[in-house]
Amino acid sequence: MKRLVGIVGVGQTHHRSKNIECNGQELISIAVKRALESAELTMADIDAIVIGNMDHFESINYVDMWSVDGSGGYMKPIMKVTTGGTTGSAIGHAGFYHAASGLFDTVLVIGWEQNSESDTTAAISTCFDPITEREYSAGAIGPLAAQYTAYMSKYGATEEDAALVSVRDHNNAALYNPYAHLRQTITIEDVMKSAYISYPIKLLDMCPRSDGACAVIFASEKKAKKITDRPAWILGVGDCHILVHLADGIGLANLPSLEIAAREAYDMAGLKDPVNQIDVAELYIPASTAGVSWMEALGLCEEGGGPRLIRSGVTNMGSKLPVNPSGGVLATNCIGATGLLRIGEAALQVMGKAEKKQVEGAKVAVATGFGGCFWSDVTVLSSLPRLD
Amino acid sequence: MEAKKEGPKPLNISYVADMPYKYHAGHYYSRFLRELRDNKRIVGVKCPKCGKVYVPPRIVCRDCFVKMEEFVPVSDKGTLLAFTVTNFSYIDTTTGEPKKIPFTAAFINLDGADSNIVHRLDETDEKKIKAGMRLQAVFSDNRTGDYYHDIDHFRIIKDI
Repeated sequence: MKRLVGIVGVGQTHHRSKNIECNGQELISIAVKRALESAELTMADIDAIVIGNMDHFESINYVDMWSVDGSGGYMKPIMKVTTGGTTGSAIGHAGFYHAASGLFDTVLVIGWEQNSESDTTAAISTCFDPITEREYSAGAIGPLAAQYTAYMSKYGATEEDAALVSVRDHNNAALYNPYAHLRQTITIEDVMKSAYISYPIKLLDMCPRSDGACAVIFASEKKAKKITDRPAWILGVGDCHILVHLADGIGLANLPSLEIAAREAYDMAGLKDPVNQIDVAELYIPASTAGVSWMEALGLCEEGGGPRLIRSGVTNMGSKLPVNPSGGVLATNCIGATGLLRIGEAALQVMGKAEKKQVEGAKVAVATGFGGCFWSDVTVLSSLPRLD
Repeated sequence: MEAKKEGPKPLNISYVADMPYKYHAGHYYSRFLRELRDNKRIVGVKCPKCGKVYVPPRIVCRDCFVKMEEFVPVSDKGTLLAFTVTNFSYIDTTTGEPKKIPFTAAFINLDGADSNIVHRLDETDEKKIKAGMRLQAVFSDNRTGDYYHDIDHFRIIKDI
């Protein structure tokens, strides 16, 4: 029997390329403090903590212990979860499971990364099999770039289609999100003129790597209603880890793990008509190319319809289905926090607290996470406790 | 915005760790590597239940979750599914040196295999590469049991 869980607080740092003002624990403490303040709670109200990052970026392997000065986890149950790029969405789901289990009423979930402390691409490359896959897998960039070559040749999508996504997300960050790392407005021409870093991905098509943290507080139904009169209810979650070897995922033009995770989350939420029922989406789009090729997996268009969807402008702010009002991953990517930021931003939307990013009247939001060998997580959130 | 503190700039402490690893290849990868080294042959393993052939060979079929024991040769020719010409350098985690660029990563479905591999294609002009092209493995003369050395690269071939 599914129990209702709501998000009651969201906090994040001002994300940067390199935050030399803080060590990791101090960075975490800023996000935690802001999440507690937003829910008007104190650390004494927190029953359990879930924390996540990717160990190899900072080379600190006992983060659950090491982070206690920042997380506030002294003498509390703490669980570390790390699932590569999906870490942020996986800790969000783990927070949901904790609260839904009935064992904990109030759960603090923290995602963070100090990506400037190491070589991000080298670190990501260690995710792949050392003997049979690592040599030519250039972190996250190479595989994502390769996938779009398959999508382009199958469906006739173009590099300009991807540039539209890049402009949308970068400009949303610049105009609406004071916490974003990159906050410069750009044009299609800027994207097309930027250098290829891994064909067909150009510099402005690819997410940065950032220093930053995000904290989100999940509460059981009874507790959530006591804390706020408008929590963001978690109506559905889906996780799909479909492929083990990297090359098996890249050969595909599409993203089956996202399709399966979306179906699971939509079914759990009772969401039947994604295009008409979803008011806003915060999607883990690590490269603009994915903002074209993954839309069909979310049921937002027909197979191969990504280019037409993006060209129509329907995902722009002010249109029917705004995607990434925060600017998303293309503007901010503190990797262990990235998926949690999607959940946190989606929660702020349905709580009516997204400030300049707010999509007016947003009641239903979808957040996604992406990582590893093309793995996916999907979360459906709403201001309503049920959709029917 | 977090206020920038007055006073001296915070410090950065730099470590350059030398952390060598020795990965155990196990029986399946070892057989795969030995066949490449000794016979210039690419082998996979076949699932007794669904018949899928996995290259490189692995012990369990991910769909059926049964042990696979039948090693089968696959072709050194295959079809290019996707590619990227990587043009930025990063630290090569196997050597600690900056990665030599540009290089083309090719995602290839070998004839006779149901899974795909990633290897290098010796063409770095993206205008000359298209998904669907036919490729063939080029072996090194002096083979050592290292996959990415014994197959040096793949080349484009005219073949249907």
